Amino acid sequence: MSGALILQDLRIDQGTTPVVALNQSVAPGEVLTIMGPSGSGKSTALSAILGTLAPAFRQQGRIILAGRDITALPPHQRRVGLLFQDDVLFPHLSVGANLAFALPPTIKGRAARRALVDAALDQAELSGFASRDPATLSGGQRARVALMRTLLAQPCALLLDEPFSRLDASLRSQIRSFVLSRIRQKGLAAILVTHDAEDAHAAGGPVISPLGQPVTL
Amino acid sequence: MLRRHFLLATAALFALPAQAQTAWESVLDAARGQTVYWHAWGGDPKINDFIAFVGQEAQERHGVTLEHVKLASTADAVARVQAERNAGTLTGGAVDLIWINGENFAAMKDQGLLFGPFAESLPNWRYVDVAGKPAVVTDFTLPTEGYESPWAMAQLVFEYDSARLPEPPQTLDALKDWIIAHPGRFTYPQPPDYLGLTFLKQVAYGTLSDPSVMQAPLDEASYEATIAPMWAWLDAVTPALWRAGKAYPQNEPALGQLLADAEVDIGFAFNPGRASAEIGAGNLPETVRTFTLQGGTIGNASFVAIPFNAAHAAGAQVVANLLLDPEIQARAQDPNVLGFQTVLDLSSLDAPDKARFDALDLGIATLSPADLGPALLEPHASWMVRISQDWMQRYGVAQ
Amino acid sequence: MIWGGPLRWAPRFTLALLVVPVAAGLLGTLIPAFSNDAKGFRALVEWPGLWPAVRLSLGTGLGATALSLAITLLLVASLWGTRLFALILHLLAPLLSVPHAAAALGLAFLIAPSGWIARLLSPWATGWTQPPDLLILNDPYGLSLTLGLIAKEVPFLFLMALAALPQTDIARRMQVAHSLGAGKIAAFAVAVLPGLYRQLRLPVYAVLAYSMTAVEMAMILGPTRPATLSAQVVIWMADPMLTAQATAAAGAVLQLCVVIAALLLWTLVERVARRALVRLAEAGVRAHALDAFARGAALLTGGLTAGALILGLAGLAVWSLAGLWQFPDVLPQSLSLRTWMRAAPDLVSTGAVTVMIAATATALSLALVIACLEAEQRFALSPRGAALWVLYLPLLVPQVAFLPGLQGAALRSGVEGHWLAVAAAHLVFVLPYVFLSLAPAYRAWDGRIATAGLALGASPARVFWRLRLPMLLRPVLTAAAVGVAVSVGQYLPTLLIGGGRVETLTTEAVALSSGGNRRLIGAYALLQMLLPALGFALALLLPALAFRNRRGMAVAT
Repeated sequence: MSGALILQDLRIDQGTTPVVALNQSVAPGEVLTIMGPSGSGKSTALSAILGTLAPAFRQQGRIILAGRDITALPPHQRRVGLLFQDDVLFPHLSVGANLAFALPPTIKGRAARRALVDAALDQAELSGFASRDPATLSGGQRARVALMRTLLAQPCALLLDEPFSRLDASLRSQIRSFVLSRIRQKGLAAILVTHDAEDAHAAGGPVISPLGQPVTL
Repeated sequence: MLRRHFLLATAALFALPAQAQTAWESVLDAARGQTVYWHAWGGDPKINDFIAFVGQEAQERHGVTLEHVKLASTADAVARVQAERNAGTLTGGAVDLIWINGENFAAMKDQGLLFGPFAESLPNWRYVDVAGKPAVVTDFTLPTEGYESPWAMAQLVFEYDSARLPEPPQTLDALKDWIIAHPGRFTYPQPPDYLGLTFLKQVAYGTLSDPSVMQAPLDEASYEATIAPMWAWLDAVTPALWRAGKAYPQNEPALGQLLADAEVDIGFAFNPGRASAEIGAGNLPETVRTFTLQGGTIGNASFVAIPFNAAHAAGAQVVANLLLDPEIQARAQDPNVLGFQTVLDLSSLDAPDKARFDALDLGIATLSPADLGPALLEPHASWMVRISQDWMQRYGVAQ
Repeated sequence: MIWGGPLRWAPRFTLALLVVPVAAGLLGTLIPAFSNDAKGFRALVEWPGLWPAVRLSLGTGLGATALSLAITLLLVASLWGTRLFALILHLLAPLLSVPHAAAALGLAFLIAPSGWIARLLSPWATGWTQPPDLLILNDPYGLSLTLGLIAKEVPFLFLMALAALPQTDIARRMQVAHSLGAGKIAAFAVAVLPGLYRQLRLPVYAVLAYSMTAVEMAMILGPTRPATLSAQVVIWMADPMLTAQATAAAGAVLQLCVVIAALLLWTLVERVARRALVRLAEAGVRAHALDAFARGAALLTGGLTAGALILGLAGLAVWSLAGLWQFPDVLPQSLSLRTWMRAAPDLVSTGAVTVMIAATATALSLALVIACLEAEQRFALSPRGAALWVLYLPLLVPQVAFLPGLQGAALRSGVEGHWLAVAAAHLVFVLPYVFLSLAPAYRAWDGRIATAGLALGASPARVFWRLRLPMLLRPVLTAAAVGVAVSVGQYLPTLLIGGGRVETLTTEAVALSSGGNRRLIGAYALLQMLLPALGFALALLLPALAFRNRRGMAVAT
């Protein structure tokens, strides 16, 4: 299920201004970092890969994931996972239900689904948290639930939208290494959007601007 | 109940020619299972309860379901039948039966919107007091010709609280003097309200040099001079009316509420039993009494009519007949129920039915038939229309 | 995009659903007004009460609108951010749910010379042992009608202002203006009002149109010599003479013209006011002295409005339990359940019909409104200004101008008199209110939740059913309660489309009000108010229950 994420001459214009110009291949387990000041088109690039680009933008080029051309697919069929700046847990569902929401419908049976949720909680060192209200969790706990939820959806690629910027310094490196180790372990092609050099450094992959220029840290 | 049916059936058998009886039986057959929509003013819970009671009887006796469509104004139903006719609904109309009289009846009859004639072929018609109560076949000087069937008699009576007003004025002149001497304590419903116009007609009866001219359509040439004394009377009292004539109650219940709230000292109603009934219901104090004017007050009958396009004309006739049933009529006259005067000739009833009327306690505030005085006939409808328009010109617009 | 289907058409379909009945109804009114050589218009012009009636419609409508708006703005400006503001929020729903007829009847009993206020003060303070002969109700200037309209419209405008406030960035703007030295009122007028009023404009127009054309309130509180134009049109509609129908149609057309004229006049005043505001800002107005006065005025007028409604309804409640109750007794001599017992069977059956119609109209409106909003979100549609006008169309066009025509259409198609037809007619009035109530919350919903759901592989449908709808449970239920309240309060549509065969609590209450039986009116009016209040209570209770263990779903205060 893993495979490379290829951005083939992906070009996005807003009016006549180019916002994104990427021609890049991200190998499984690799993290490509896109850096730039705010408003530079980082999030636009993520929206295009996710399939939620606003109609005001014009998009050219192709997006290929694990050999599938996903350029014209609706977001929910792309198998591209996303981690936000905030955890964006669903506030009306319990921690367990948040995780179960992500399980593909192909996994049948209450017990089987429950077992997968419990296993994910165990991996995140949150055993027994299934029935908890997400609002009662600490920031670090919520970040881990958010990641596990994304992984349970069995994505082929992972997009990280400044996922560590809201965490305080002590948690930050801990969560970051937790996330990066999962990416490598699952062999996911990942794109990290950040304006933090330390994040880019830790990611270890190439670092470029939204318009494809290499960035030196 | 069984016994009643038997009695009725036997009575009908002897009283009617065989032909008519079969005709009525076919009406009964057609009516069974029908739902009759009776459009009737719904502003009085006592009347609503009575109609519900009639509905139960119709169901039990004849298998006819009665639905009371409560109206804010009878004219709503008339307008509805007109709208149906204009829309081409010539059968299966929504209105089966209307509580009606006066200008509404005149308008429908004139426009050919009525089913019939049917009233005089109803089996219970033979009890109706046509000779003693000419108003049951003459609706505002318009002969009913069987296009509507009477079910209650009404007469204008004045109401007052004897605790506040021991000696009410008994003539129109005395009333005028009393109003002027007690500013703000008398009013009448605003025309074109029916009771308000009835009061104006009563004033006309008491002031016109020859009130009998009102039995004919009004004569344009002499109208202004003829009617002038009525306006003079009103001009004299208007500044002393409740709210100085700047506002008027909108109808009979609103006037009744003013009496109950002691905003006025003398009210009136088109129902001699209303005061007693209101005392019984706890809406008026027990010291309220009624009186009529010397020389008589205006009286008329309430009718039911069937629209030309009624979906359930058979059921409607059954209900109209049921309303003339002595048992139902006695119930309507019971002041604890309605206090409406019967349209029947009591001397034509069998002893058991007559006993029902004799047993009624008419109520503390209700005048006996003898004290009620003569019932004056309604004027021709053209007078009412014209007086209503002129009233609007004279008093209906704030100066 | 590949996905789409019928959802994409929902907004257009919904707008058509609002335009078609109004247009068809107007046509059905215009034709009889102009047919037969415009006989209707000639009769109308000859009617001696015409100009006073038009003057009254204009005077009460403009007066009630201006005062309602002033009170609303005063309340928002001087109380925003205080604890009292939070209290008003709680009062708002029950006040909004009071139908116009019930409010008018309650107010009538309160202010009549034989009413509760006079009774409370008599005879010890006034010396009155019998009611004074004072022209308060049905006064020729329409003052009590104006008061009644204000009491009903302030809660509505306040709700609309609440919905608009978040978009005006009030907190920061007030802060900035304060820091520049402006007083509270001055800061509000200069920094918030222009943005707020832009959002309030259409609701204000709706209030103006409604105030000029209200029938039930005018019949109960308004003058009678003559009545307001709209009340007179309804009187003509009920006249047995065929010619009166043409006069009624002509009157309805005139009413429409008068409303349009009033709206134009209002926009003119808007322009003048805007210029005055700019000049105030340029003058650097501080006006600290104004704040205390404004606060007092806001408390007084707001308290009077809410108090009039609440006390009036309390009066009706007492009447429904009263035995003999004479002037100047403050309370009845005896209490009894007789009225309720007697009316119980009717109350239950009419109540059931009322609920059935309200539930159907509300459910359909809710489905359509949600479909529109969901389409707007999914296809990133940005509704044009014209769409908003269409939404307000049924609220702007006088009911007497298009409902009679609609009744004719219903008659011809044979659907008239069925409760479903009544529910469909209610839909035209319910839908705009449901939309206005739900749209702000729907649009404010955190779009990242949807993105997160889609990225987890959930289809848009699943995102809608599992995430969006449950999270919006509270606003959805509130919108439903608003819809029920609007439906329960409808009088003319029920009367005309129902053909008298569909009886709701409101048609019964208005029919009874012509009979003046306060006890029964009290019972009906209470029930008429209780249904919507129940709706609002459920809208509060159900989400609280469903999310009792979800701190993230708590009401933001």
